[in-house]
Amino acid sequence: MIARWLAAALFFVLLVAAWYLAVKAHIWSPILLPSPISVADYVKSAVEDGTLWEATQVTVRRLLIGYGLGILVGLPLGLLTASSRWCQDTIGVLALGLQTLPSVCWVPLALLWFGQTEAALLFVVVMGTLWSLIIATDHGVRTIPPIYTRAARSMGSTGLHTWTHVVLPAALPFLLSGMKQGWAFAWRSLMAAEIYVTILTGFGLGHLLHYGRELNAMDQVIGVMFIIVVIGLAVDKTLFAPIEQFLHRRWGTARQ
Amino acid sequence: MAVAEVNPAKTVPSKLVLEHVSKWFQTSTLTVHALDDVTLRIAEGEFVCLVGPSGCGKSTLLNIIAGLERPDRGLVQADGKTIVGPGPHRLVMFQEASLFPWLTVLGNVLFGLKLINGVSAAERRERAEYFLELVGLKKFMHSNVHELSGGMKQRVALARALAPNPSVLLMDEPFGALDALTREQLYGDIQRIWSQHRKTIVFVTHNVREAVCLGDRVILFSPNPGRIREEFAIPLPRPRDINSVDLARYSTEITRVLKGYVQTEVAG
Repeated sequence: MIARWLAAALFFVLLVAAWYLAVKAHIWSPILLPSPISVADYVKSAVEDGTLWEATQVTVRRLLIGYGLGILVGLPLGLLTASSRWCQDTIGVLALGLQTLPSVCWVPLALLWFGQTEAALLFVVVMGTLWSLIIATDHGVRTIPPIYTRAARSMGSTGLHTWTHVVLPAALPFLLSGMKQGWAFAWRSLMAAEIYVTILTGFGLGHLLHYGRELNAMDQVIGVMFIIVVIGLAVDKTLFAPIEQFLHRRWGTARQ
Repeated sequence: MAVAEVNPAKTVPSKLVLEHVSKWFQTSTLTVHALDDVTLRIAEGEFVCLVGPSGCGKSTLLNIIAGLERPDRGLVQADGKTIVGPGPHRLVMFQEASLFPWLTVLGNVLFGLKLINGVSAAERRERAEYFLELVGLKKFMHSNVHELSGGMKQRVALARALAPNPSVLLMDEPFGALDALTREQLYGDIQRIWSQHRKTIVFVTHNVREAVCLGDRVILFSPNPGRIREEFAIPLPRPRDINSVDLARYSTEITRVLKGYVQTEVAG
């Protein structure tokens, strides 16, 4: 375990060292490639004056609301498309089509509908999450071996009980990977939306990134990108990884 | 020694009654006549084995008794009442691994118990542990399903089916996927449990020897369409050893008859 940590640490140290050397070699202008030290300086000052923390709060709040809405609507719709042929032919086809639409394509529509408001941002996040979540849920439910529901039925389970005690838990590994994918889509949609939609109700990480470009402040651009990556990683490791590990242990699908 | 043909036990009231049961399945290309005019009476506490080649409708018949499928024609009754759906009095033990991987061993056994009204949590737990003890797996009750061997899984499935105390136990080739040694152990277990708890058992298999080892009666099915061809009483003393010579004599005879039907089918 320690060896793995060390190996990972070494890898990233080398990566930063290579970056540092590339800057020192003056191949590219420091405006295009700032040194890791100036990026760290930016992150440090942004942490100290509170901009980073504030922007992170604004962004994460939007993300949680949008993602939450996406799950709240997407999960039941996925269950519907999996259980009714009519819903599959209508909502299912719609989801399949809209899922292929990159979420940034919703931005112009959201701007015209909602103006430069929170609602526009949330709308883009929900649209980015919802469709893939419907499809993942639908797929998860369809992949359940029919023997489980037969066995449950033979023991007297019906209707809602079968859904809550058999179908949902049986589909859980698929639901989780769907939710993980939904999270990634939500994150991407929000960043796209924040970069394009300037609003006064909250200054998110995407805005910081956008203004970094406007000001030609490459240290800010890279610093904020770094923070975005760190948040994504942290959520994966703290939110999804423990559930995944539990599922792997329970179902015996862990890779040794 | 000749194999006697018998009438179903008429002295005991019938637990299960099937009269003129027919069933068709519609696939995209053809209609399969799964069961044709099947009439069968099974007495309370009887151990009946349904034997036949695959596709002879014996599993369909089991599903109809379980209430998982409805017959297209005919009458199916349990305790004098028409079967309209699954119920806790008739539980099924399936061939494939049907244990729920999201539950522990104990959770699986509790699943059916929780579906019965009026059983307290303490009582459920006690019953689940009792039946896990009965199949010799109590110390694995907190294990995950994937940690068990194939034989252990089927033992848990047996405990799960027994725990709600059904009067009829329906077994659909439950040992089909197990190795011979594990199967022999389970023949012993199932006979012991049957003699202790006197369930009515309907056991589907394509293994004649297995049927002779377990059944009071062996019912022979032939395919296309699924029909009952013959019945054999197996009056051997219990517990029976699958390797005994007496048992072999019965199974040789039944296998010979069975082959006759299969060959007729091929020739016809």
